[in-house]
Amino acid sequence: MKSRLRIWFLSPAAFMTATLVALPMGIICAYSLMTRGAYGGVIRPWTLENFTRIFDRLYGAILLRSFSLAGIATLLCLLLGFPLALYIARAKRRRNFLLNLVMLPFWTSLLIRTYAWMFLLRDTGLINTALQALHIIRKPLPLLFNDGAVVVGLVYAYLPFMVLPLYATIEKLDPSLLDASADLGARPWTTLWRVIVPLTRSGMSAGILLVFIPCLGAYLTPDLLGGGRTVMVGNLVQNQFTTARDWPFGSAVSLLLTGIVLVLLLGVLGKRERELL
Amino acid sequence: MDTVLELRALTKDYPSHRAVNGISLRLERGEFFSLLGPSGCGKTTTLRLIAGLETPTSGEIYLNGSRVTSLPPYERNVTTVFQSYALFPHLTVSQNIAFGLEQKRSVNASEIKKRMKDMLTLLQLSGKEERRPNQISGGERQRVALARALVVSPDVLLLDEPLSALDPKLRKQVRAELKNLQRRVGITFLFITHDQEEALSLSDRLAVMVKGEIEQTGSPRGLYQQPRSRFVAEFLGEVNWIDGAGVRPESVCISRERPPDPARCYPATVTGTTFLGDCVQIETSLATSQRCVAQVQGGRSPFNAGDDVYLWWNQGDELPISSAPEPALAAGT
Amino acid sequence: MKRWLSLYAAGAYAFLYLPLLVLSVFSFNRSRFAVWQGFSLHWYSEVFRNEQLVNATINSLIIAASATVLSTIIGALAGYAIWKRRSPWLMNSLYLSLLTPEIVTGISLLAFFQWVFRFFEVRLGMHTVILAHVSFSLAYAVIVILARLRTFDPVLEEAALDLGATEWQAFRRVTLPNLLPGIAAAALLCFTVSIDDYVITSLVAGVDSETLPMVIYAMARKGVNPMVNALSAMITVGLGMLIVVAERIQTERAS
Repeated sequence: MKSRLRIWFLSPAAFMTATLVALPMGIICAYSLMTRGAYGGVIRPWTLENFTRIFDRLYGAILLRSFSLAGIATLLCLLLGFPLALYIARAKRRRNFLLNLVMLPFWTSLLIRTYAWMFLLRDTGLINTALQALHIIRKPLPLLFNDGAVVVGLVYAYLPFMVLPLYATIEKLDPSLLDASADLGARPWTTLWRVIVPLTRSGMSAGILLVFIPCLGAYLTPDLLGGGRTVMVGNLVQNQFTTARDWPFGSAVSLLLTGIVLVLLLGVLGKRERELL
Repeated sequence: MDTVLELRALTKDYPSHRAVNGISLRLERGEFFSLLGPSGCGKTTTLRLIAGLETPTSGEIYLNGSRVTSLPPYERNVTTVFQSYALFPHLTVSQNIAFGLEQKRSVNASEIKKRMKDMLTLLQLSGKEERRPNQISGGERQRVALARALVVSPDVLLLDEPLSALDPKLRKQVRAELKNLQRRVGITFLFITHDQEEALSLSDRLAVMVKGEIEQTGSPRGLYQQPRSRFVAEFLGEVNWIDGAGVRPESVCISRERPPDPARCYPATVTGTTFLGDCVQIETSLATSQRCVAQVQGGRSPFNAGDDVYLWWNQGDELPISSAPEPALAAGT
Repeated sequence: MKRWLSLYAAGAYAFLYLPLLVLSVFSFNRSRFAVWQGFSLHWYSEVFRNEQLVNATINSLIIAASATVLSTIIGALAGYAIWKRRSPWLMNSLYLSLLTPEIVTGISLLAFFQWVFRFFEVRLGMHTVILAHVSFSLAYAVIVILARLRTFDPVLEEAALDLGATEWQAFRRVTLPNLLPGIAAAALLCFTVSIDDYVITSLVAGVDSETLPMVIYAMARKGVNPMVNALSAMITVGLGMLIVVAERIQTERAS
């Protein structure tokens, strides 16, 4: 493609990306090394204090909680998603339909899907009302505004992201391998563990990454289902940029979060997984 | 006959067509049996039915006298060498071979080791135990597939066109090795192929299959010399149909002078010769414009195009069937 | 095993859809509690009468439409150029925008805009929201269009050039028409992502540019409000139909 035409074609995107992606990130990097001003502005003294503050007890706990909640949600997605991906891959017809059926809830807004769990889990919500009506409990169970609710919300939000890459690898499995396994005497359960699971490892890595990373940086779900406390890192960042007005510290936390995400992606991703994404 | 495998009126229907139509077969223990037929005749389906990878629509399968028709593949003592070999890519050669043994509870660890060692030696795979399937050659992969299927001592070993991916030179060599192998281990082999030369050279007995049915079963020589239908005759080799009789090119005698016994003798003109390496094919045209091919051993043909010759053969060399095409098979074979 | 798997799959699909179904069903409930007290369209009428909601919806649509048009066009041009010859810098920057957590994108844009405002007499408003939406949907547009281009045979363009067309003409008359389904898919994706966005929008929106997700969020924070149920049901059905229609068109074109 002639370079003149090419420049015309690329400039708008390059300009947008430079001003709306690169420059903002650059500003955040700068802010992370500066200090909070008296009225919430950002002032000159360059310092590394923001980064060290992240690891003190209060904020370190939030970091830890983010990792564990994201990790639990990812594990649950893997356990729940694998059988579903297996089912879809084995369906002889209607595979695309079944896949789309999994993806469809994802297209409705995250806000709505999170709100749905608020509706189900609160004290006067459907689950408690139903359990009370069936006389299984007398007082409502505190299902909402805790870490458990956040995990449920995360799993609900990102399960499709686990199913898709898993399905992609399972579908590519050579069916004669499964035939061979049965032919040699392995029962279906054994075939699953000795043949299918080892050969779908790249799909599992891709799925784990696609779920863990958004979970780690989640904001809306822990905010609504966790009860407005600073549950996870995302909430911490938002808090620092609004209520607490400590932009330098918020920037440092943001950079740390982004850095972790990038390390995870580049470190764990091999060529095969990158193709899947 | 010591029957190891018996199929009784086995039928398999698919929504679009009937793949196997009521076939019956008996395999003798320790024999090398081939199922021969053109593509799409149902031989692979039959193999899968025996292995248990498909369920028949009707009919029964007996292994060693017991009914296995409704048993899943992992409960039948039958193993398969798949056309693509189907080696597990995530396992080493030795792990692949040991796979079936590890499913058997009756075999302990030391027994597994011993059997593995014997099998590796038998199939000349010693030294390759720790390699992965993608690190060994195609021929080695086939031997691993064989080892894996044989080490569990199946009652019948099924082979799905194992030689079709190989080039002709290699094919002949592997053919001989397979035959030797079968003789040494003594296990019944059921071999599927569309290549009649393979089937004829390897088998103790064979069956010709077409359109889901078995046309004829018998020894290679029996089927070649006494085909019961035109299809079988033409599938196993070339046939000249002259005046209602069928005769193979190698049985046609050709000479310049009129032979002494003029019972079945035809004047003809040579139209061309084809050098095939160990023999020469001589094409002739009869007075009725019919084509007849004679085959002469040796690299030299004493005749040239345009020569006038006489063709004749012995009565006993004629095939025991007429040339009238069977209506059911005439179309589309 | 097959039967267990089917049973499990049914359960998994139920898990995915039941919350949304429950939400929709109770949007028709007369009372605001989880106890059914009769069928009513009361909450739906409340939704349509709420001025704040109507304004927010209009804002959302304007923003989504503008951002979609911008992202799709810019993305299509860039995607085409990248398809011809890779541009690692641009692709990696786009991937970066895709991978950074939403909250980080949001605050970085907020910081950026506030910094820019020191030099111009501008404040946060619809324009900042639109720019923000373009920033995160551009990557989606480029990726979708690149994917579509990879199924396109470059020989066709060469044939056009061979017959005398300039590069621009070849693009316009040969590639672009074939690219339209990809562009439509990219547009749909950008639109959906834009309409749904809360996190980034809430940080860069001004007083006059409240969007639908922002209003829904405020209502949800205050507690369960059946108006949100009604809104959710409408949005879900609306988006669902949009997706289904898009799929139908795609499969029809393919055959």
